[in-house]
Amino acid sequence: MNWQALWLTFQLAALVAGILLVIGLPIAHWIAFSRWRGKFLIEALVALPIVLPPTVLGFYVLIALGSRSPIGRAWIHLTGHPLAFTFQGLVIGSVLYSLPFAVQPFASGFAGVNPRLLAASATLGASKTKTFWRVILPLSIPSVITGAVLSFAHTLGEFGVVLMVGGDIPGATRTVSIDIYDKVQALDYASANATALVLLLLSFVMLAVVYGLNRRVGMVGR
Amino acid sequence: MSASELPVRSPEVKSQAAKSDAQTLPAQPLNLNVRKAFAGGFALDVNVSIAPGITILFGPSGAGKTTLLDCIAGLTTPDAGRIAVGEKIFFDQAHAINLSPQKRNTGYVFQDLALFPHFSAEQNIEFGISQLPADERREKVRAILESFRIGPLSSRKPQELSGGEKQRVAVARALVTNPRVLLLDEPLAALDAATKSKIIEDLREWNNAHQIPIVYVTHSREEVFALGERALILENGKITAQGTPHEVLSAPRRETVAQLAGFENILDATVLTLNEDRGTMTCQIGASILLETPLVRAAIGETLRVGIRAGDILISTILPMGLSARNILPGDVVSVERRDMIVAAKVNCGVEMEAHLTLAARDSLALEPGREVWLVVKTHSCHLMQG
Repeated sequence: MNWQALWLTFQLAALVAGILLVIGLPIAHWIAFSRWRGKFLIEALVALPIVLPPTVLGFYVLIALGSRSPIGRAWIHLTGHPLAFTFQGLVIGSVLYSLPFAVQPFASGFAGVNPRLLAASATLGASKTKTFWRVILPLSIPSVITGAVLSFAHTLGEFGVVLMVGGDIPGATRTVSIDIYDKVQALDYASANATALVLLLLSFVMLAVVYGLNRRVGMVGR
Repeated sequence: MSASELPVRSPEVKSQAAKSDAQTLPAQPLNLNVRKAFAGGFALDVNVSIAPGITILFGPSGAGKTTLLDCIAGLTTPDAGRIAVGEKIFFDQAHAINLSPQKRNTGYVFQDLALFPHFSAEQNIEFGISQLPADERREKVRAILESFRIGPLSSRKPQELSGGEKQRVAVARALVTNPRVLLLDEPLAALDAATKSKIIEDLREWNNAHQIPIVYVTHSREEVFALGERALILENGKITAQGTPHEVLSAPRRETVAQLAGFENILDATVLTLNEDRGTMTCQIGASILLETPLVRAAIGETLRVGIRAGDILISTILPMGLSARNILPGDVVSVERRDMIVAAKVNCGVEMEAHLTLAARDSLALEPGREVWLVVKTHSCHLMQG
């Protein structure tokens, strides 16, 4: 059992879920309520990571973060070291990779709020910001929890993006899934099994909590 | 009488308005000039001035009532026109003015109420005035809770409130913001008459002190009489009539051969009184019979015809008590005649009327000529036609 890899994976997943909460809520709000005709293009873009092979996404992220790209160079200029094959680079890749798993539940939750409640809020003088924080968000809590947990769980299990962007550096980029792969390559099936089992159980418990929570909220009657 | 001519309701109202808090705006009419076309051919085209006080907007489903309210509140943008309350312009297409709903300060009570389900009654009411200092906010919420008699319910969530209680909270939530105009979209349709009239009384009392235009949408004829001093009829996107409820209601039907065929009893009636608050009028038939009938557009002293189907008349051999029917006419049986499976009884109540009953009913009542009986006629069994 590789505790270092498990701890690293947990940190990565928590950070990614946190970042997606911050940037995913406004994106989801825009998707749910924008009347722009080209909205479908953005929706398609957000959904891309669901269908794209992680290696493809990882490849482009690697190119974008590499020391020859403007982003990579700016990062080196700011911090003194490159972005690719670091924990930070891994976070950026994972955020993109898990984006739809956060944004889509958020957006469907927001769009499910009775539009007459939003109209009522507007006629009562509430700004769009106030309507979001006091009406839309509280009434979409189950969807927000679903999105956060799904993006957390999805990051836990990612492999391709990590391998492409992060490589396999213990303590920096070696996550659980990479560790399992390494163990199998080394024919150490017992350790691979122990780590895989922990990941399996953790993922199941998390998804069970999400679905259990949604069921209870559903019964109260939204 | 047109809507704009209507004065405040009584001197007492004026003094109350003067006493009310300083924030109250002077009475200002709502001027509406709205045109909006929809795909499918429906078009809203309304040009009307609505004075402070309750104005009923009456019309069938699909006439455009809710769309008109949405235009006033800023939830829908008209194609053209101008919407203003007094000097405050909400929308003016010619000058490219279109205030957001947030800036219009309309009180809107939605058909489905749209109470925030995650807030208590008190939090719902507070929502629109959260920018006020805490002291002032608490005082306003307390006052409105009291005037709409929902104080004891303040901590309950909407799903823990009855239909009537929810309506009160929704009205209070809209009014606590001191709106320039109040829009009510069939808010009381689902309530029983008693609950409804209590809420209306509270609303009237509130409005005596504040005097803003109140647009009350309904498709119920009864509500038109119960609530309004003024009514607008909206049909297929257009105002087709305006005035007092009595003035805007349908005229009595033209009497045609086809209509006559269904009525065994056709009587001349003179209109004696109009009970606009109850939606009825009292007519005199013959020398002395008084008949309560539905209210139609008619003048006192006018002569109409009343048609009553023989099958709609009940016969009683003792003086009926405790009936909802308004018309109980004493008379004497003139003749009892069997026609196939029904029995036609002619009764002289001053005028001769025909009533139909079954064979079994005739036997159990032992009806025969000369017997003293009472005829029972419901108000809405009286059909008015032009003479």
